Amino acid sequence: MPFTSSDGDAWPSDQPIVSLVDVHKSFGHVEVLRGISFDVFQGDAVCIIGPSGSGKSTLIRCINGLANFQRGSIKVEGQEVSDANIDKRKLRKKVGIVFQQYNLFPHKTALQNIMMAPIHVLREPKDVVLDRAVKLMKKVRLDGLENRYPGELSGGQQQRVAIARSLAMNPNIMLFDEVTAALDPETVKEVLRTIRELTEEDMTCILVTHEMGFAREVGDHIYFTDRGLIVEHGEPDEFFKAAKDPRTRAFLNQVL
Amino acid sequence: MVSNIARPRYCAALALLFLFSFWGETVAAPNPHFSPFEALWIWMPFILSGFLLNLVMSLLAAVLGTILGGLLGIAQLSTSKVICSSSVFVTQVFRNTPWIIILFAVMLLVPFELKLGTRSLIIPDWLKATVGFAIPVSANVAEVVRGAILSVPSGQWESSESLGFSKWQTLRMVILPQCVKRMMAPWMNAYAILVLSTPIAAVLGVHEAVGNAQQAMEALGARTSLLVPFYSFILVLFFFYIYPISRLTLWLERRYAVYL
Amino acid sequence: MFELISPVFRHLYESTGVNFVFLYDPYEYGRFVNGVFLTIELGICCLLLSVLIGILGAWAQEARSRILRLLIAGYIQAFRNTPPIVQLLFFYFALGALTPKVSADGYSIPIISAFDWAVISLGCFGGAFNVEIFRSGIEAVPHSTREAGEALGYTKSQAFFYITLPLAFRFCLPALTNNLVSLLKTTSLAYAITVPEVTLVSSQIWSDNLNVAEMMLTLFIFYNLIVAMLAWAMHRLERALKIPGYG
Repeated sequence: MPFTSSDGDAWPSDQPIVSLVDVHKSFGHVEVLRGISFDVFQGDAVCIIGPSGSGKSTLIRCINGLANFQRGSIKVEGQEVSDANIDKRKLRKKVGIVFQQYNLFPHKTALQNIMMAPIHVLREPKDVVLDRAVKLMKKVRLDGLENRYPGELSGGQQQRVAIARSLAMNPNIMLFDEVTAALDPETVKEVLRTIRELTEEDMTCILVTHEMGFAREVGDHIYFTDRGLIVEHGEPDEFFKAAKDPRTRAFLNQVL
Repeated sequence: MVSNIARPRYCAALALLFLFSFWGETVAAPNPHFSPFEALWIWMPFILSGFLLNLVMSLLAAVLGTILGGLLGIAQLSTSKVICSSSVFVTQVFRNTPWIIILFAVMLLVPFELKLGTRSLIIPDWLKATVGFAIPVSANVAEVVRGAILSVPSGQWESSESLGFSKWQTLRMVILPQCVKRMMAPWMNAYAILVLSTPIAAVLGVHEAVGNAQQAMEALGARTSLLVPFYSFILVLFFFYIYPISRLTLWLERRYAVYL
Repeated sequence: MFELISPVFRHLYESTGVNFVFLYDPYEYGRFVNGVFLTIELGICCLLLSVLIGILGAWAQEARSRILRLLIAGYIQAFRNTPPIVQLLFFYFALGALTPKVSADGYSIPIISAFDWAVISLGCFGGAFNVEIFRSGIEAVPHSTREAGEALGYTKSQAFFYITLPLAFRFCLPALTNNLVSLLKTTSLAYAITVPEVTLVSSQIWSDNLNVAEMMLTLFIFYNLIVAMLAWAMHRLERALKIPGYG
């Protein structure tokens, strides 16, 4: 594995690295997550699909503590995320997230974007971080563009910098929130290629996506959510060929 | 930078102001001593030295007000309810109160000398006035800062938090650098308003441009024919200083327009 | 009402030395109340004049005559880039000396009083900003809407009055609110030309009674109050004029 977590120990493969049990979340009176439960094991590539408004983005944000939830439990590497005493920095180090809108820091170059967090949050020495950042730029096939500002990069290039930025923290789990939704079809391919390589390197990935072909190809497990609940889940082959629930079938008919 | 429309407008405004001055000259009663324009010419250095004080007061008040206003603006976003509500309260009170009243309050309620042991330090009028101006400036700057911070997309806060940065780190390294460009035009606007408010100090006896002009007119016997040229001169002085600043502000607005 | 509060404040003065003399002394009370009313009157007149000038100026900026457009542009630049207090002094002292006087009982009273000059000067000052505000409001009305009006047979001025102006007004209300609030605060500068509004009256009270701090507090509260009331009124207007589903 090219990434070694700075903790040193790998998570045992027989226990879920991320575990959600009956998660409920409301925004005011509107209940967005109505009892989500599933487990993710180390090295899995989990794809969450579903119509807009089904709570997928909210779910992702609950996993790394960006959003809080009212009921249920989310455990990342055995630690309860909603625990008031949890060290959020440690959690954020374990779980990396890439957003639909890339959210790169526009006043820093691509390389600086990648280097900022390891230097200021992890307090790693600058030369070590620089070395890692250059390797990551190469990995996402953007070598040569280190000193460009986000405004000078295409959408797909920015998204790959965003992926590299999250990878620089050596996370054990990567979350992807509809990362190709804002890109045009040509650049989508480059980003998907990067994510596929990550899954092949055994990184635990949880993807919210509507790229069905990609989910089928790369996913180990597919979850279909609708209106805050997991309606159906399964291995990609049987899921896409013979979905059991009529809602799933209706959704797949629309998008495939 | 100066557009085709700007130069004629500039000239039109100057022309209007000088028109009034010439009108005053022709209406003036014949006087064996100086004509109003000769009088203005003789007293011009004195009025200009007063104008210099206007500019000095404005620069000092701008520096002081910007520092205080920056702190006030950031304090308004604090998570502590006490800091947040008290800074919002202070900002609102000083934004809603007229400049002249804040100036009165500072000039009359702050003592004119500080006693340090046996020695006493005299605080000059113009310095008190400067502090008096810095207060509404800080309230305006606080609003500018707060508006700029709020205009940074929330995605920047989210991604920064996800990378493990604390709120202060995020503010310092990600949000505030992006705010600088957004704040330039509104800040210049606030500075222009400040400069145009400095003559209020004349009401309280500070010897700046207006005060000096009034003294000059007194010395010349308070002839009514002096009024138009002398006051027009002050208007023109300020115009020469502020008009380029307002053009610069427009240019900054266009250059750093934030497309939301 | 004065009879109710006067003993309270007299007692306050006698026991603590905090002297709100205008609340227990009938003469000072009268002075102060007159000042308050004059301030409100001044504020209303200035605001109305500035809005009127704003509308006329915005209309004139679309005129065909280049000289007229240049004159309006010159007026705006002159009033926006010069100090309002010096404008007041200029109007009252310089122009005031040139206006005719009417003689009454032996001594002459100027035909335009200090109050009138304050309204003219501040109205022009506020109007200069309002012209820009109304102009951007008018520009925000889509050209197609105006075209539709003319296609229906409206003349240019009818289209302006019935179609463009109502929409433009709604667009520019937030900026207009800001400017009117600012103008209301600026009316306090009329102190410099001895208009007996609340600031001048308060200064007279505190020089007679040496209660600067109390009068300052009163002025702070008074202006915050009327500014809040104006802002509230403008927001009510905004909500009342709001078109559902538009903007």
